[in-house]
Amino acid sequence: MNASSSHPSFWRRVPLAFGAFFSTLSDAAYAARVEKLSLPEVAPVAPVAPAPAPAPVHVPAPAPVILKEATPDAALQLLALLQREARLIDFTQENLGSHADADIGAAARVVHEGCAKVMREYFTIEAVRQEPEGSRIVLNEGFDSASVRLTGNVVGSAPFKGTLSHRGWRASSVRLPKLSEQHDAAILAPAEVEL
Amino acid sequence: MSDINSTSARYAIGIDLGTTHSALSYVNLNESDGEKSSHGVLKVPQLSAPGTVEELPLLPSFVYLPHADEVAAGDLALPWPRAVQEADAPFVVGEMARSRGATTPIRLVSSAKSWLCHPGVDRRAAILPSDAPLEVARISPITAATRYLTHLRQAWDNAHPQAPFAEQEITVTIPASFDPAARELTMEAAQAAGYTSLTLLEEPQAALYSWIQTSEGRWRKDVKPGDIILVVDVGGGTSDFSLIAVLERDGVLEPHRVAVGEHILLGGDNMDLALAHLVARKLAANGTQLDAWQMRALTYGCRSAKESLLADSGLDTAPIVVPSRGSKLIGGSIRTELTRAEVSTFILDGFFPQVEASSRPAVRTRAGLTQVGLPYAQDAAITRHLAAFLGRQVAATSELQGFAGRQAQDATFLHPTAVLFNGGVFKSDLLVQRIMATVNDWLYMEGAEPARMLAGADLDLAVARGAAYYSYVRRGHGVRIRGGTASSFYVAIESAMPAIPGMEPPIQALCVAPFGMEEGSELELPGQQFGLVVGEPVHFRFFASSTRRNDQIGELLDFWGPDELQELSEIQATLSAEGRQAGDVVQVRLHARVTEAGTLELLAVSLDGAERWKVEFDVRGTPPQ
Repeated sequence: MNASSSHPSFWRRVPLAFGAFFSTLSDAAYAARVEKLSLPEVAPVAPVAPAPAPAPVHVPAPAPVILKEATPDAALQLLALLQREARLIDFTQENLGSHADADIGAAARVVHEGCAKVMREYFTIEAVRQEPEGSRIVLNEGFDSASVRLTGNVVGSAPFKGTLSHRGWRASSVRLPKLSEQHDAAILAPAEVEL
Repeated sequence: MSDINSTSARYAIGIDLGTTHSALSYVNLNESDGEKSSHGVLKVPQLSAPGTVEELPLLPSFVYLPHADEVAAGDLALPWPRAVQEADAPFVVGEMARSRGATTPIRLVSSAKSWLCHPGVDRRAAILPSDAPLEVARISPITAATRYLTHLRQAWDNAHPQAPFAEQEITVTIPASFDPAARELTMEAAQAAGYTSLTLLEEPQAALYSWIQTSEGRWRKDVKPGDIILVVDVGGGTSDFSLIAVLERDGVLEPHRVAVGEHILLGGDNMDLALAHLVARKLAANGTQLDAWQMRALTYGCRSAKESLLADSGLDTAPIVVPSRGSKLIGGSIRTELTRAEVSTFILDGFFPQVEASSRPAVRTRAGLTQVGLPYAQDAAITRHLAAFLGRQVAATSELQGFAGRQAQDATFLHPTAVLFNGGVFKSDLLVQRIMATVNDWLYMEGAEPARMLAGADLDLAVARGAAYYSYVRRGHGVRIRGGTASSFYVAIESAMPAIPGMEPPIQALCVAPFGMEEGSELELPGQQFGLVVGEPVHFRFFASSTRRNDQIGELLDFWGPDELQELSEIQATLSAEGRQAGDVVQVRLHARVTEAGTLELLAVSLDGAERWKVEFDVRGTPPQ
């Protein structure tokens, strides 16, 4: 990890991004690592450990926050939908190096159209802030820090004035299909055998 | 309608039993008043994959009959318990049936509604899927319709436990072109599905009701007395035309349905398929052969490409990608494209050509004697079918109060003044404009004012919404479309003529039910008595005419124009032997009755009026002679 030439290409970054998204959703330890990524970069103090120690997720007393454990079923169900509609698992499991950009582009159309369909049909996604990106906005005291993240020169006290760099996304409703009790969500796509 | 008002219904429910999709809409009666009605569309829980239940606004009208090894326990679970008798022969209805059936078509029942009105087959017999191998337990077209209707009833009861389906007012829609037998079969399917209080409504009328409802009273400004509204309804599998004239009675606007078209098996799905074959030929020219699975994916791709090309006039080509069947998506997928020119040539000029008002659909003589499949339209040009319909109905309004002399004497077709569109096909503005331009060309050639388009129709759900609204107006609210039966009906009587060798004895047609009989009315055939033999079925050849408006009941026709009378499946009367000796002859009179539900019944009534027997429509597939 020393030279910029080792930065992954755009097409390599697409599957990386999706992988990171789902791993963050389903794996708390992974999420903790991702969270660290967004901290300001510091000089490496030690060589990167090949396998990170399990992240200590316990918050010390006095008031322990109960951490929810995400059920894998919903995540698996979403993966199955993205595979069914967008062939996302097929796409991310392939090595892009051996394909021409035109072929990748053709497949990306399937993935894009399908992902958009899943987003549209199973979620209602809207922007957190309605202002156009780049406009100046004021955050008054008591703003919701979960839906608006402050970056940069975070000092002083509210009201905060700043530039909207990303509008944010909020899922205002989720309509995932209901699963029967016996359904094995781990089968993301059954094998197909034509008789 | 006091008997209807007295029921405890809280909702008026409308069901669009479509060829490819069904939907349920409702009006909340307690929250509705006059022309303001509170309505909604039921989200129908259905299987979308094994063990997965989704709530969707439409229920695809498909039944899938899975192999015993295809589904595991619990895979077919729905939010409500399944009937016990299903345990031996499981089936799937809705989205999963559609998607499963795409890969295993031999187990898929589709277009059951088109089979329901196919006169060449026995519609009570288990014949679907028509190409299923022997080990698949087939079902009848009625059973398929019953299953869609049952699913919708169960979905309603599941969502509204406080307002059971059986206690609500139900309207089920049918194509305007359904003959009396197909109407009765739809009734039969609904009754088998547990529907008790039920009315049938023609789909183009439902579309107009929906338009009236959506306008919340403003429709009175958009139409005026003397208007003739042409309803053009092109669904997934069928096209249906109706003419509705607007009268004024005592200062109140009163729409009258004056004519309905023939049953045309031609719709949006044909267009997608035609495009897919075009693109497949292009691919084949470059050496790429598609298998059946890829062909279906291509048809799906063509539909979205067609929709984007027809919607966005700035677009010249739309890419289509046929995904690989295996997991190698990249490299295995086939990329191609559809151009604007191709869509214009194929869809606009193939299905909506700008033809003369005098053009008529081409009719090819059928190659074989037996028809195994559905009798699809032989001419794909919807505008030619429309020209034929308007030409046939040129005199549809001549007898109507206030319409005499409105149309020029030398008009060759009926001049509509307004057009209402229905069906997803017309989401494309280009197709709407093409029909409007074609009709207005015809009008211009005969010196008539151009027709205007009635805007604001909900193309996908109008029929279901309109049906629910109709249940509501039947309770005395809002405007009601009048019309009655859209055909007159005849039985064949053999002429008393000396037999000529080699010639069939000529027949006369006896009018047994006149045009425009309203729901709830009954007429007696005067003069004529029939002697029926107890226990022996008597058959009559049966005819309908959509143009002979003035024939009265009892009128005997000696001759008629070649297109005036269409022969339907025959009818038969059987007198039960109860209290009589088999072989006795009973004198009866014929009665024609239109039920409150909207079906035509012919009755044999004993001379003292004490006994009545129903004359049955033959639905066992004796093809018309």
